[in-house]
This record gives sequence, C-alpha cells and structure tokens, in this order.
Amino acid sequence: MLILGQLAASDPSSAGTTFLRLLFGDAPGWPLRVAWDLAIVFVGFLALASVVGFLGIWAERKVAGRIQHRHGPNRVGPIGILQSLADGIKLVTKEDLLPRGADGWLFRLAPYLAFVPVFAALLAIPFGPDLIFERTLAVGLFWMLAILSVEVIGVILAGWSSNNKWSTYGAMREACQLISYEIPLGISILIVVVAAGTLDLVALSEMQAGGMWNWLIFHQPFVLLAFAVFFVASLASNKRAPFDLPESESELVAGYHTEYSGLRFSLFYLAEYNAMFVMGAIMAILFLGGWDDPLGYLSAWSARVPRDVLSLELLAVNGLAFAAFMVKAGLIVFIQMWVRWTLPRPRIDQVLHACIKVMLPMSLVLLLGSALWELFVQRNSIVQQITQWVLLAIGLAFVGFTFLVLAQAFIQGRVRHQRLSEPARLGNA
Amino acid sequence: MQAILFYIFAALTLAGAIGVVASRNIVRAAVQLLIALLGVAALYFLLGAEFLAAVQLVIYVGGTLVLIIFGVMLTARASLRTLHPTGGERAAAFASAILLLAALVTSVVTTRFIDSPAPANRYDGIQRLGQDLLGDYLLPFELSSLLLLAVMIGAAYLAKKRPQAKGEPR
Repeated sequence: MLILGQLAASDPSSAGTTFLRLLFGDAPGWPLRVAWDLAIVFVGFLALASVVGFLGIWAERKVAGRIQHRHGPNRVGPIGILQSLADGIKLVTKEDLLPRGADGWLFRLAPYLAFVPVFAALLAIPFGPDLIFERTLAVGLFWMLAILSVEVIGVILAGWSSNNKWSTYGAMREACQLISYEIPLGISILIVVVAAGTLDLVALSEMQAGGMWNWLIFHQPFVLLAFAVFFVASLASNKRAPFDLPESESELVAGYHTEYSGLRFSLFYLAEYNAMFVMGAIMAILFLGGWDDPLGYLSAWSARVPRDVLSLELLAVNGLAFAAFMVKAGLIVFIQMWVRWTLPRPRIDQVLHACIKVMLPMSLVLLLGSALWELFVQRNSIVQQITQWVLLAIGLAFVGFTFLVLAQAFIQGRVRHQRLSEPARLGNA
Repeated sequence: MQAILFYIFAALTLAGAIGVVASRNIVRAAVQLLIALLGVAALYFLLGAEFLAAVQLVIYVGGTLVLIIFGVMLTARASLRTLHPTGGERAAAFASAILLLAALVTSVVTTRFIDSPAPANRYDGIQRLGQDLLGDYLLPFELSSLLLLAVMIGAAYLAKKRPQAKGEPR
C-alpha cells in the first residue's frame, strides 16, 4: 500500500485528462486534481484489476476444462461465471495463517510486493483515445518493464520467509528464471522501439492508427519474429506454464505460495492474472495497434469527434476503443492459457538453456536486422509497402490456418468422444 | 503539493536507509533497502526525470537487490542470516561511512546548481540522453561495457568447476 501511494501521487500534474477538463472546467485547482486522480486509481483501476482477476481465473478454469474434456466450473451462476466470487468469499473468510519459524514481517509484506507493481503497471496503459491516466509519461514502455521487474522481489521474499524448503526452492527458481528471461524480453521490446522510434505508449498506439496494415507487427519481418520471442519470454516472466517452475505442483507442492492462505493467497492470484493481462496489453499496444480496430474505423472516428464538449459520441468512441483493446489483450491472455494446458513442463536447466543459448542470440540477431532495416529501407518506400502487405497476408494466413486446425480438432474430438463413450469391445485381439 | 510529496518521499527514503543500517537480519535489511530505493525513484519522478526513475527501478531494484537476496538465499547459513559485526568491522564501516559522507557533503556544497527550465518537448530529455550516449560519449560507453564484459567473464571463470586439490575440504 505504501508503494501504491507513492506511485499514485508521484506525478499529480500528469492527469490533465480530457474528461477531467470537460467535467470540471479548464484549470481545476490541485485538490480537485489530486482527488480525481486518487478516485481513478482506487475506484477505476482497482475495479479493473479485480474484474481482470475475477474473469481471468474463471476463464482459465473453463479453458482447462474444455482442453481436458470436462466441464469446468458450472454451478455458480450461468456457465459458472460467479465461481470466482464464491472462491473469493471463501478466501476472505479463511484464517490468515503464519507458519512457525517464518519471518512474520516479510511474510505479511510479500503478497503486497507482488501485487502492487503489477497494479502500478496498469496505470500506464492507454485504454482508449481519452482513457489515458499517465498522459505525459515519455518513457511509458520502459516504465512498465521497470515496475514489473519489482514483482519478483515479492515472490522471492514470499518463498524465503515461509520457512519451507519447497517455497525456497520455488523462490530460487523464480529468481534465476526471471533474471534470465528479462534479457530477451527487453531486447524484443527494443526491436519494436527501433522500428517505431518511441517509448511513449500513447504515441505508439496513435502511430498505428488506421487499419491493421499499419500495425507494427507487419512493419518489418523482424518485428513479426520479435513478437514470437516476446510472447515466449512473457510466459516465462509471468511464471506461466510451460515455465511455471516456481510453483510446479508436482515437485514443490505449490512453490513459493505453499504456506499462504486466505486473502494473502488471493493477492498472489490477483497479481498473476493481472500480470498476464498487462503482458497482453503490452503486446496489444506494441504489435497489434493498441485500441484501434483492425479496419481503422475507430481511429478515424476518434479523430472527427470534437473534444471540447462532453458528448455521447465521445463516450461511445472511448467505450468502443476500450472494448477493442480488451478483446485484443483478452485474446493474448487466452493463448497464454491455451499454451499452459497444452505443453508439458521442462526442467529448470532446460528452461535456462532455452533462454540463454537460444532466445538471447535469436533476439540479438533480430535486433541487428531491425536496426539495419530502419537504416536502409525508407518509410513510405515501395519496399516498405510491399513488406507490410506480404506480412499482413502471412499473418492472416497463419490465423486462418490456426482456426482451421482448431475447427478440425473440435470436430474430431466430438467423434472420438462418441467412440470412447461406447462400451469397449472385449477379445478379438 | 510538490513540497509535501518531496518531504513524504524523503522521509520514506531516510526511514528505509536507517532501517538498512539498524537491521541485523540481512534479508530484512535488503527489504528496507528496497524501500529506500523506491523512495529515491519517486524523488526522480517528482523532478520530472522519469527515465532515471525507471532505470533506478530496473537496475537497482530489479537487478542488484534481487541478486543480493538471491545470494543470501544460496549461502543461507544461520551465521550469515543475522549479522554480528566485530569491533574491527564496526570501525572500518564507520571510517568508510564518514569518508563517504565527507565526500558527498563537500560535493554538494561546492557544486553550483543552476535552475534549468523544464524541456519544452517531453521527448527532449530521453532523446538527448540517447544521442549523447551513442554519439559524443560513445568511447566511455563502450569502455564501460567492456569492463562489464570482463567482470562477467571473470565471474564465470571463478564459478567454473575445477578439479579438487588433494586434502582440500570439499
């Protein structure tokens, strides 16, 4: 909470948002500005973080159920959507346990240290043309990476202070995994920054406006490959399977949060699902055009809307942009879940090997290629145009192919399910 | 408003720093160091140096501090977890601290601070920084990265498994 206060108050002049100006006039005094900021942080963003956690956990269980041929939660509410609420109530009413021999102060502090950085990273995301909290943050992308790197301390302290061997093992794995994967993660972001020329999240999403052929992922072949590197590295830095070694339940009970119960345990979960969402949001902003829709209608509309009166149109365009952004980020979160329930878990030495000997050289080569591309290929040149369209075609073909494979698997799964539910034939060997 | 926030963050930094020195438990000291570092990052933010604040977080908090805690965990013997400094160690620590304090105070007193206006364009700071680092000051930049590379190779060499000499305890 301490750090949260710090971060919320750290730049009070930044929130000269359109809505504040429209609601309260041109130059509101500082008490009003601060109150507005605090209200946005503690009402708006806290609600967003809770909803992301709420829906994330429910979706994860549904996806897992689907992939493992079972139903998933289906008792509480329609299609089980209120399951997380029931779990939340259960967790809140549970006893807050402190293991004997644990370092009490650190044990209590650790869940907050894990959650607050993720929450602070949420603040920098531009959700729509006017839904921007940190408007003047020129290094928004770097800031998000920096604050996300604080999360690991919460996890390490949780594992260490629990006075439990399995927790400490989990924490150690987390530390080495995170430190190694931060490098390819940072370099793959650098590749995009080389192509885009800015670290400003607002500028990044505005420069990709006007349709998916303008998206940065189709800007260069190197950025397209950097997307893959970033996705794998983001799985590792979020401790998601197949890189969930810090909490691998078949070896370490539950890893670093073995000893936690009740509200503190739920904070770890909230941190995990919000970190997934933040990674999805970073990918949406960096590669997939931010809050714009694939055909560029929203950015064109947003450019036409007058910003000097609070109109229904302004609210509508922001709402739609928010929805488009959430769909993009949500799709990436869905792919993270899909990967989790599909791939087996490697050993820790294999994880580190893959990072340092495979992904690090790969990302460095891509960085070099991206820099050379920017040096020699002119913007708006014919080569650039052709590349964009070819990459767009490749991307769409890939997505289409994936959908075809999925559809086929779905149909085959039905057939196989029917065969399996028939009584087995005996004999006849 | 700025002044109030400055005093809050400065107090936080000081409290963290005092905690680091006063704590006997090494991991708790690391956590208090975290508070002090975050306070300094917040101060950078107040000054409008967002890039510096982010660098502070990513290098000191995300890198150095994690390595400290990691090192403590790997070498976690009971004697190392709590500190019991001897008289000689105390004297050495005091001497170096006073030397550092003297150096810092003299540098603060002798520097003439100029009031520079905030850059008109918010990208100015970071663009200048990048161009200076990879332009005018390229040689020092490359030299320091060479130094870091040498340190890394040295660490890898030290950590390498060597055949055990006879009689040496494992």
